[in-house]
Amino acid sequence: MAGFVLRRALLVLPSLFGLLIVTFLLIRMVPADPAAALAGDNATPAQVQAIREQMGLDQPLPAQFLRYLGDVARLDFGNSSYSSRPVALDIRERLPATLELTFAALLIATVLGVPLGVIAAVHHNRWPDFLLRVLSVAGIAMAAFWLAIMLQMLFAMRLGWLPLRGQLSVGLTAPDGPTGSVLLDSLIAGRLDIFTDALRHLVLPAVTLSLGGLATITRFTRAGVLETLQKDFVGYGRAVGVPRRRLVWIYVLRNSVVATVTQIGLLFGGLIAGAVVVESIYDWPGIGSYTVQAILTADSKVMLAVTLLIGLIYAVVNILTDMVHALIDPRLRDEG
Amino acid sequence: MAVDTLAVTGLKVSIQGDEGTARILDHIRLHLAPGRILGVVGESGCGKSTLIRAILGILPEGARVEAGEVMFEGENLLAFSEAELNRNVRGSRISFIPQDPYLALNPLFTIGQQLTETLRWHAPALRSNAQRRARLVELLRRVQLPDAEGALDRYPHQFSGGQRQRLLIAAALACSPRLVIADEPTTALDVTTQQQILVLLRELVTEFGLSMLFVTHDLGVVAELCDAVCVIYSGQTVESGPTAPLLKAPLHPYTRALLGCHPERSEGFAGIPGAVPSPLRAPPGCRFAPRCAHARPACSARAPHLLTPEPGRQVDCILYEQDTVPA
Repeated sequence: MAGFVLRRALLVLPSLFGLLIVTFLLIRMVPADPAAALAGDNATPAQVQAIREQMGLDQPLPAQFLRYLGDVARLDFGNSSYSSRPVALDIRERLPATLELTFAALLIATVLGVPLGVIAAVHHNRWPDFLLRVLSVAGIAMAAFWLAIMLQMLFAMRLGWLPLRGQLSVGLTAPDGPTGSVLLDSLIAGRLDIFTDALRHLVLPAVTLSLGGLATITRFTRAGVLETLQKDFVGYGRAVGVPRRRLVWIYVLRNSVVATVTQIGLLFGGLIAGAVVVESIYDWPGIGSYTVQAILTADSKVMLAVTLLIGLIYAVVNILTDMVHALIDPRLRDEG
Repeated sequence: MAVDTLAVTGLKVSIQGDEGTARILDHIRLHLAPGRILGVVGESGCGKSTLIRAILGILPEGARVEAGEVMFEGENLLAFSEAELNRNVRGSRISFIPQDPYLALNPLFTIGQQLTETLRWHAPALRSNAQRRARLVELLRRVQLPDAEGALDRYPHQFSGGQRQRLLIAAALACSPRLVIADEPTTALDVTTQQQILVLLRELVTEFGLSMLFVTHDLGVVAELCDAVCVIYSGQTVESGPTAPLLKAPLHPYTRALLGCHPERSEGFAGIPGAVPSPLRAPPGCRFAPRCAHARPACSARAPHLLTPEPGRQVDCILYEQDTVPA
């Protein structure tokens, strides 16, 4: 198993390197001269040249690329022009909030989506199946910003059950902790009041973000179970008197979730991208709303760092997906 | 005379499909005496699998038993509810050996996880998983599986085809069944392995006091293993009787044609002209009539009567109704 993980991890390295090359070239392809922009309108050509040398822009491209690699390796992305703080620091503060939101959405989508998919498949072409198919198409088709506003109007404004926006109520501050996540740090600090408050704030954004994934997971699980139900070992299980419910929920399900796991992996990256919209609407202090600010203020350093971050997350999730596949299917472990 | 372990009479099963209703089994009749092995022989598509499914009550969706009886030790299984079948019949009193041992095993679970599943539901005396595993190991040794202890923690793909079939044979014995239904259990195996499995099955039937319904298309296997034979053509029982006399002097033209197809028995290669009719458009009367060299107009006019030309032998053919045995 360890060898399997190592091999998969090595396979990811070339794609990460490709990502570095693409981002590097994208920056060089921008027509504006960064040195001139930095020097200002009244600078003399000599001053611009001095800045250019200082930034290493006079050197050949390979040398510049090495310098870029060094910066990335040291997580030195420069200062954000919007917050005037190091980009890496901003991201470190905001990433836990986004991960919290994304994991919550993924959890909702998986915990509901997999059983719903099984139920739809078991009742193939009967009413539970039709209902779930209609709902899942609706779930994929519904725009997140519209749903977010509807949920806010109903649950926050009309019913008043849940907070409208933000991550914590006014007056509460997240305790310092090792993870940077409000939920986890408040649990570690034993502050159940803060934990509950943060959880209540998490519900609406997480539900909004989960909906597309929920629909996708339901559909993939349904298709997987339908296919597995045709397999000989299901017929054998019935012939030797294994109760149908047990056959479906234990033996069939495990064979059916391979495609679902792949989807969950892909969804994770998609959810972080989807968080851009959801975080903006719910005023969630994560990477998504930070990126929106960066785009609106043309903050290229932030955009670069976020692009690399999302690429890295995709790569890590890919390795994790492969690991889960190997846990599910012993044949993969033996092949390596 | 003792009650038959299994007696199927007048069984009719039809499947409702997009193209209409197909009568897969038209009239099936078979008798399996206690402690015996009955070979059910027929070509692909003659309804062998449907017969097994009808006996076990696991017919696919859209399939329906129209008429007939499936008497198992004196009880009509067709009158049992799904829950009763699951509790008292499938896996317990009637066990099953599948055709393809690789496909019948779930690739993602260890052998131990899968095979103890049947025991969990049908061997209440074995209370713990350790007891169930011990019982399986004992049986795996009996079926001569190498490394019987280690086998339970391995996965299906780590065994050869013959070993997998031994695993499933052991599983079939685990709950002390009265009847074992074997669905072409040697078809997916190579010839030498096939031979070993047949010898093993023969031994086990005697040793465990079983009766066995052995479904196959291979008359050679029948000759070697079975005490009695029931020949099926397109969902109809055409002939049945003790193995040796039936193979030596087959009565029904279909049985004779089938024996003629066997390369070891015939000179040159003989086939049967035509093809098995689709159950959607089955000919009336005797379904073999369109391909039969001895057919006469009456064959398609009505179903043949059941005849008993010799004690223990039965044939469904009009030719014998008039004592005009064809040359």
